[in-house]
Amino acid sequence: MSLIRIENVHKSFGDLAVLNGVSLDIEEGEIVTIIGRSGSGKSTLLRCINGLEKVQSGEIWADGVQVNDPATNLRLLRQRLGIVFQSYNLFPHLTVERNITLAPQVVQKRAAADVRQVAVDVLRQVGLESKIDAYPIQLSGGQQQRVAIARSLAMAPKVMLLDEITSALDPELIGDVLKVLEDLARQGMTMVLVTHEMGFARRVSSQVVFMHEGRVWESGPPDRIFTKPETPELATFIQSVL
Amino acid sequence: MFRDFGVDEVGLLLKGAQWTVLLSFIAFIGGSIVGLVVAAVRVVGPRSLNALATGYIQAVQGTPLLGQMFLFFFGFSIMGLEVSAWVAVSVSLILFSGAFLGDIWRGCIQAIPQTQWEASSCLGLGFFQQMRYVILPQALRIAIPPTVGFFVQIIKNTSLAAVVGFVELLRAGQMVTAATFKPFTVYLAVALIYFALCYPLSLWSRHLERKLNVAHSH
Ligand SMILES: Nc1ncnc2c1ncn2[C@@H]1O[C@H](COP(=O)(O)OP(=O)(O)OP(=O)(O)O)[C@@H](O)[C@H]1O
Ligand SMILES: [Mg+2]
Repeated sequence: MSLIRIENVHKSFGDLAVLNGVSLDIEEGEIVTIIGRSGSGKSTLLRCINGLEKVQSGEIWADGVQVNDPATNLRLLRQRLGIVFQSYNLFPHLTVERNITLAPQVVQKRAAADVRQVAVDVLRQVGLESKIDAYPIQLSGGQQQRVAIARSLAMAPKVMLLDEITSALDPELIGDVLKVLEDLARQGMTMVLVTHEMGFARRVSSQVVFMHEGRVWESGPPDRIFTKPETPELATFIQSVL
Repeated sequence: MFRDFGVDEVGLLLKGAQWTVLLSFIAFIGGSIVGLVVAAVRVVGPRSLNALATGYIQAVQGTPLLGQMFLFFFGFSIMGLEVSAWVAVSVSLILFSGAFLGDIWRGCIQAIPQTQWEASSCLGLGFFQQMRYVILPQALRIAIPPTVGFFVQIIKNTSLAAVVGFVELLRAGQMVTAATFKPFTVYLAVALIYFALCYPLSLWSRHLERKLNVAHSH
């Protein structure tokens, strides 16, 4: 079974239908990028995958459990699904180390000495070992975003969900963050990312998903999607972003 | 015939000030306990309790403290309970402080962005873990300056207890005035003592506010 399976999902906020029957399969080791216009439902889809949003109908499965089954223990599931947001959402009152070790220690109940080592390891992965004692406010946006990635990695998730994580960054800071993602991709991490970085999407994706009006309008390998769009909507979108 | 305003009289005032301080602490500690419950109910309580807490806050904030003191002082005796001025004054000050502190702290908890709840729940933290490690430590920081500020209000408001005959600083001042007939000197001394109690706290509150603002913006 796929690592993530989304079947005919419908989601609305009040009267506003945001997802209109989305289906998508993501295999282990895949890197799926979701592209599409603002408001097409990309973030909502990502948030549905780890149960931050409730869906009205359809099924979402992640790592063998049904996310939208009320009996599912979302706390357990979320330890295996990392998510990183555009706005980092680090804990401002805690040091980088504590930001990273908090969940492994209090949720996974790992020993203090262990989690300290985990913090060192994941910070090395994102190239920020030297900032272990800093507070978030002392870091640049790009550094904060890399700490947010490290914080997620510390839980050893099976999938990383990444929502426009470079969109709030100054152009010169984006590269460092993308490099971290490329390293992760090379190590075989399964990733689902919403991004406006088309060059990056084309380079690293195994599958590109174009969302339009709350549907998966078109999907396929990056070369096909970017060079031979089949629908006029995708063609227009690609023209507008390239 | 009239006594002089001397060391003995100052001693009487200071004794009154002791009760002012004690009463302030009772109001603050009791009010903190009530306030914690009220804040918790307002933030995460079920709808019915929430409405009750809101009603309590509005009742206290919408009526004068002096009226509340009378209500307890005379209300208890109408119900057949003989209570001392002590009890009536303490109960009303505790309920008064509880309503305000509860409201202040609710605001502080709700000032923590929703994204902090979201980020911590995405890491698998449960409700109490989120509160303990993420929300309350941040709420506490922004709560300290207004809480210290409110403590100053409590100290000043204890003077209302004089009206129901409780001998705190102000009432001691009235008694010394009656004996010495030097109202200006006596009340100046009374004011100075209140000032000596409140001003350091005000300074501290302002200092904390500045410090926390700096911590948030550098
Ligand atoms: N919590 C919410 N309440 C009401 N409407 C919402 C909520 N979240 C999203 N929406 C609406 O759902 C639609 C899809 O939003 P979503 O954030 O998924 O779009 P998106 O594709 O991520 O867009 P963007 O590229 O701008 O991030 C939008 O019209 C948005 O206004
Ligand atoms: Mg979005």
